[in-house]
Amino acid sequence: MWKYILKRVGYMALTLFTVVSITFLLIHSIPGDPFTSMVEDLPEESRQIYLEKYGYDQPLGVQYLKYLKQLLQGDLGASLRYPGRKVAEIVGEYAPVSASIGGTALVLGVALGLALGILAALYRDRWPDRVIMVVALLGTAIPTFVIAAVLQYALTVTWPLFPTTGYGTWKHMVLPVICMCVSPLATYARYMRSSVLDTANQDYILTAEAKGVSQFRIVTRHILRNAILPCITMICVSVAGIFSGSFIIEKIFAIPGLGKYFISAINDRDYSVVLGLNIVFTGLYIVSMLVSDILLMLVDPRLRLSNDK
Amino acid sequence: MEELLSVQNLRVSFHTYAGVVHAVRGVSFSMHEGEVLAIVGESGCGKTVTSKAVMRLLDRTSAKIDPASSIALDGRDMVRLSKRELNRLRGKEISMIFQDSMTSLNPTMTVGRQIMENILTHEKVTKQEARRRARELLELVEIPDPGARLENYPHQMSGGMRQRVMIAIALACKPKILIADEPTTALDVTIQAQLLDLLKQIQKKTGMSVLLVTHDLGIVANFAQRVQVMYAGVIVERGSVRDIFKAPRHPYTWALLSSVPGRALESKSELYALRGTPPDLRLPLEGCPFADRCEYCMNICRRESPAEMPVGEGHWSACWLCHEMAPAVEPPTGIGGGSHGGT
Repeated sequence: MWKYILKRVGYMALTLFTVVSITFLLIHSIPGDPFTSMVEDLPEESRQIYLEKYGYDQPLGVQYLKYLKQLLQGDLGASLRYPGRKVAEIVGEYAPVSASIGGTALVLGVALGLALGILAALYRDRWPDRVIMVVALLGTAIPTFVIAAVLQYALTVTWPLFPTTGYGTWKHMVLPVICMCVSPLATYARYMRSSVLDTANQDYILTAEAKGVSQFRIVTRHILRNAILPCITMICVSVAGIFSGSFIIEKIFAIPGLGKYFISAINDRDYSVVLGLNIVFTGLYIVSMLVSDILLMLVDPRLRLSNDK
Repeated sequence: MEELLSVQNLRVSFHTYAGVVHAVRGVSFSMHEGEVLAIVGESGCGKTVTSKAVMRLLDRTSAKIDPASSIALDGRDMVRLSKRELNRLRGKEISMIFQDSMTSLNPTMTVGRQIMENILTHEKVTKQEARRRARELLELVEIPDPGARLENYPHQMSGGMRQRVMIAIALACKPKILIADEPTTALDVTIQAQLLDLLKQIQKKTGMSVLLVTHDLGIVANFAQRVQVMYAGVIVERGSVRDIFKAPRHPYTWALLSSVPGRALESKSELYALRGTPPDLRLPLEGCPFADRCEYCMNICRRESPAEMPVGEGHWSACWLCHEMAPAVEPPTGIGGGSHGGT
């Protein structure tokens, strides 16, 4: 098992390297540079001075190698737009904001989604199922920003229960969290429903029934454990999306999170910030994939490696 | 011998998008203590539905057991029992093993736990005690190294071993009746023979009754005492193994026996194949269900469904040929003997 994990970590490093390289190439192939996009009518001479100062006048290959060297030393670099701020600092400061909202939304969405999915499956074709499936359909079909706008209007303007925008108290979190949990809730409800129904049709459920096992035990011991397996991978992928999935919501509710930074950094050609954030997102993604595989191995004996006895 | 199970006029229909399928159309039979009764017939004849109906394991949303049917297990009517009462009987007094051992065990539960689950559901015993008995059961079904095997997951076992585990689960609470629905179909031939021997030996040892559902006549001849031949949801012939194999009286039984490969091999003739397809089970039956495929079909066969007629001691056949006014017909060569028509 440890050997397997070690091997996976090796592959992860390779993935990370590939992503860094491609992002590097892409961000540098966007026309313009950090200085022209920040200052209008920047004189050509000053531009040259800045380019030289940051080494952007050198061939791309040299810049790339320099960046890699810097990365290997654990340095994500400094922001160009906000002088004196390290990328690591930016991440450290704004990631918790994104995570608090995205994480709460994900936990809520997944928990409620799974529960509703199970409920819908158990009441298949009866009214609870119908209601849940209509809600889930709406949840997947209506774009997040529409929900956000409607909620903002209803709960801050018509009935001023919550603040419109901003971040700080729990009241600020309510609306963005609701908006962000709608989509996972709907997805997981639909997914879990079909997974439970699929499992309930398996032959081994018939075996359990033939043993005289109670319906409650069949659901809790035989169906749920097997039905949740395909959801585990999805949950781990969603965890990685906590940060990257919240761009729009952070913009609408003016939340000082990472998502907002990511978009402005691209517009500003703030190379090191874009690359740094991308490394963080990618890293999170591949780590959660590894976690999901390890989790699956723990839950599903068929995936355990044979030398694991 | 005491009567253990008595099925009266069992009718089962499935409500599908294509219409109502009448899969079982009035089946009656009884089983006695220590008896091995076989139900044979081709795919779709209703034999599996009959056996699942006895356990009340049919899908509640699509399958309907006609309320006029009765399935009496030791005097209790399975059709009218509540879920809770049913669960008390299932796995305890009546157990079932299924066709596909590869998919019939829960992949995320150890084999030991799956056997123990049956014991713990029905008996107030400690986990240690249940475990000890699970181990004994694995020994009973001749799985080597039972102690270690308890910790195995199904995927770590071969198909034959999994079916042995299925048998162990079914036997865990010493049921009075074991329903074996094509227990060896999914296994390869050598394993089939081993498993069948095991079942036979356990049946002898425990004296339980076995309802064997199969399309394999070889298994029937080997194991069963009484046989019921089903076709299109009804029993067309029933009798002792001797009656059915030596002196069959229904043309469908003749056809079944003629299509066993062994006979054709011996006589070096072409293997017989029954032409046509079974009737559409969505339609009401007019006349004999086998009439369309029967080589001996008479006028009356298309008009009126034959009742079961006694043709010997404990031997019945639902065929107009067995009526006293029917003409004498010789069964195909190589099949049984005995004259037909008249009494």
